Amino acid sequence: MMIENNLLIDFSIIKITEKNSKANLLHLHSCGQTISPAPNPLGSVRTLSLHFARSTEQKMDTNLVEMFRAGLNWVTMALDAPSARVVLFGVRIQWHIFVEVLLGFVIVILLSQKSYKPPKRPLTEQEIDELCDEWVPEPLIPPITEDMMHEPPVLESAAGPHTTVNGKDVVNFASANYLGLIGHEKLLESCTSALEKYGVGSCGPRGFYGTIDVHLDCETRISKFLSTPDTILYSYGLSTMFSTIPCFCKKGDIIVADEGVHWGIQNGLQLSRSTIVYFKHNDMDSLRSTLEKIMTKNKRSKNLRRYIVAEAVYQNSGQIAPLDEIVKLKEKYKFRVILDESNSFGVLGRSGRGLAEHHGVPIEKIDVVTAAMGHALATEGGFCTGNARIIDYQRLSSSGYVFSASLPPYLASAAITAIDVIDQNPELLVKMKHNIALLWKGLKDIKGMSLASDPESPIVFLKLEKSSGSTKEDLLLLEKMADRALKEDSLLVVSSKKSFLDKCRLPVGIKLLVSAGHSESDLVKVSESLKRLASELLL
Amino acid sequence: MKDCFARPIASAPDAWFDMVERDWNDGEKVIDRTTKRRRCLNLGSYNYLGFGSFDEYCTPRVIESLKKFSASTCSSRVDAGTTSVHVELEECVAKYVGKHSAIVFGMGYATNSFIIPVLIGKGGLIISDSLNHSSIINGARGSGANIRIFQHNKPSHLERILREIAERQTKTHKPWKKIIVIVEGIYSMEGEICKLPEIVSICKKYKAYVYLDEAHSIGAIGNTGRGVCELLGVNTADVDIMMGTFSKSFASCGGYIAGSKELIQYLKHHCPGHLYATSISTPSAQQIISAIRVILGEDGSNRGAQKLARIRENSNYFRSELRNMGFKVLGDVDSPVMPIMLYHPAKIPAFSRECLRENVISKVGDLTGIKYFPAAPKKQEAEKDTIKLV
Repeated sequence: MMIENNLLIDFSIIKITEKNSKANLLHLHSCGQTISPAPNPLGSVRTLSLHFARSTEQKMDTNLVEMFRAGLNWVTMALDAPSARVVLFGVRIQWHIFVEVLLGFVIVILLSQKSYKPPKRPLTEQEIDELCDEWVPEPLIPPITEDMMHEPPVLESAAGPHTTVNGKDVVNFASANYLGLIGHEKLLESCTSALEKYGVGSCGPRGFYGTIDVHLDCETRISKFLSTPDTILYSYGLSTMFSTIPCFCKKGDIIVADEGVHWGIQNGLQLSRSTIVYFKHNDMDSLRSTLEKIMTKNKRSKNLRRYIVAEAVYQNSGQIAPLDEIVKLKEKYKFRVILDESNSFGVLGRSGRGLAEHHGVPIEKIDVVTAAMGHALATEGGFCTGNARIIDYQRLSSSGYVFSASLPPYLASAAITAIDVIDQNPELLVKMKHNIALLWKGLKDIKGMSLASDPESPIVFLKLEKSSGSTKEDLLLLEKMADRALKEDSLLVVSSKKSFLDKCRLPVGIKLLVSAGHSESDLVKVSESLKRLASELLL
Repeated sequence: MKDCFARPIASAPDAWFDMVERDWNDGEKVIDRTTKRRRCLNLGSYNYLGFGSFDEYCTPRVIESLKKFSASTCSSRVDAGTTSVHVELEECVAKYVGKHSAIVFGMGYATNSFIIPVLIGKGGLIISDSLNHSSIINGARGSGANIRIFQHNKPSHLERILREIAERQTKTHKPWKKIIVIVEGIYSMEGEICKLPEIVSICKKYKAYVYLDEAHSIGAIGNTGRGVCELLGVNTADVDIMMGTFSKSFASCGGYIAGSKELIQYLKHHCPGHLYATSISTPSAQQIISAIRVILGEDGSNRGAQKLARIRENSNYFRSELRNMGFKVLGDVDSPVMPIMLYHPAKIPAFSRECLRENVISKVGDLTGIKYFPAAPKKQEAEKDTIKLV
């Protein structure tokens, strides 16, 4: 046993020294002889074993040395072989290159091994509890800032051309009452009789006993007025567009929309999940190039449904869309047009039939026409008119129609009466157009702001000539201007408002909504007041 | 089957109304109206408290406000659309519902679609009941937040989903920004009342916000008609956002959101419905104020209390009688919405026409059922009666 141990020890010594030169070997060999036996009872055994070990050691030594020598010789031979002296790419291969290559190989193998991942174990109940306790949600709303505390003016009488705020008589340029029908006796009469007969609400969606005969009469009347086959009524102006667009435009379709469309249309576009491409506000060249790009670049476009969405009179800028050019482009590139005529119905055209009459385009060329009735018609709600099949389809799949209570019947009867009044009184349109022209004349030389709307549009838009750079600052300035107009000159004007959800980036400004009910003195007053305020606040 | 839907009526949606008879040659697309009228018992309108026709207290006041303010303001609330009636209405609604402030919109459907994107956006989580109304689904989709559905009226499943907050944190190391749980007071298709106390306690534990849509329950259930919170004894301070519509019990139009002062102030500044849409028609607003006054007894009579007691008695009586007759009726006790199961799609038009022959009006199928038909033939078709005051 001991001998074996000794032998083992010796072997290990020999092993270590094998790597060194032969000189060390000889040295150890001599060292082996210097192990002197200790004087102990086992001394003789030890001496014997040592002796034996030494002799075996010597024998082992010789064998191993010979083995080593043979190995070395072989290696040297291999390296000295002619192949080893290969010159690759002009570099003489040395033996260390082989070691490096081997090393590289080992690295590659290690990298390709799967990294050690600790096994995934599901969270324990306690851990889940802890994490839930630690989680702090954001507050439901961000902290309220100073500008959010602004209160709008409270009216104490009807929002006609003149109204009462805080007991004072105020000239109202903030209601879209273009033809002055608010407070008209015929409308009030028809509303009163409808209220007495039907009560206020209709208590049900259109599919389930919310359809009152007044709704059907209203739809027929609108179709007759616009000479379209059929109409569908919606119960809320803003919901008209955001229900119509997702009804027809689905995922995968292409919609080309103006960048200045109002929020209701933007919401409809977002809900439709189609691909939306915006073109520059009211710029027909930009529209042409966009349509060209879509039709030529994407070969699949020919099999997709394609729409153009525009407003007749843009709420955010007062510009009028050139419908004749849009229709030409639509026919050339085979798109469908969805037009929002909220601010042009009852206003544009010789008899108030809207943009199509204004440009002399037959209304059948526009595929879908929608409008909110909360403008010229002085009532609430909205409608969509067009082909019978388009309207029929909406009755089943337009969410704002199917899942919502129908329009209160008295508002539908007000709409019918309003259309009758427009038909029978063409002088209202003439008066309104005259008022717009007068206002333009008065505001021509205002300093610090410029007129950005169309000369025939009932929305007169004054945009800031020099923006401060931040939309928020501009909005605050305009709000201050509107507040001062109200306080000092008893004038209600509209300053642009922007929700953070609104994507429209058009310049902000002051909006004046001209009515046929305004007198010349009202218009002169507002021009003077705005010129004065602009020179005080903007320069 | 087209004649079973969109039947026009020629009078107010009261307990008995005049239905317009229509000529329809089977298979033709167009249904013509005739001048004939038929007097029918109305079990199909959402006129829960009977305000849907000429009312001795409400209608004169409505006509007065019409003469003073006209049918519409033609302007958004922030421009020139806020009248003293609107301000009064918001105070009245807030007081009635039990919150500090309220904001009112012109359409109930649009209320959900406008408000949800303002409150939550990308990085947030919306957990909504599987049978929520289409307006909530629309609003949730429009917001851009992640949406999870929990099984209808099952607080245990809701809890399981809420515990996934932890899972999300370990996986992506980005916790949810906020979580809103959306439930309804009475579900219009099933007539079931929401299990609000359990849901509110779970949401409190996991710090989620509660959004309660009381379209059908406000004005119809509870001792004073204050909705599901009153009925189930939930403190209104525990529900963060309370929403409701006026087109059902109050027989008007529009919707409201009630909440804390800061919430409503924030919404008034940012909600696009408030900034861009025409304000609610002033006579409709007056109708709501008057209806609330009648319900609370502030008009000097006890008609309101009588109406509330009668709708409860009528609902429970009708439900028990139908069950005794052998019909399978869904819905909870006190709920005025009663779906009677027919189970067979072909029976729907037959049932509807038979009812009409007996001069009884009820709703058949449901319009969403038309979409389900080919896709899920197992969906049981329901005939829905909604009870009004007789």
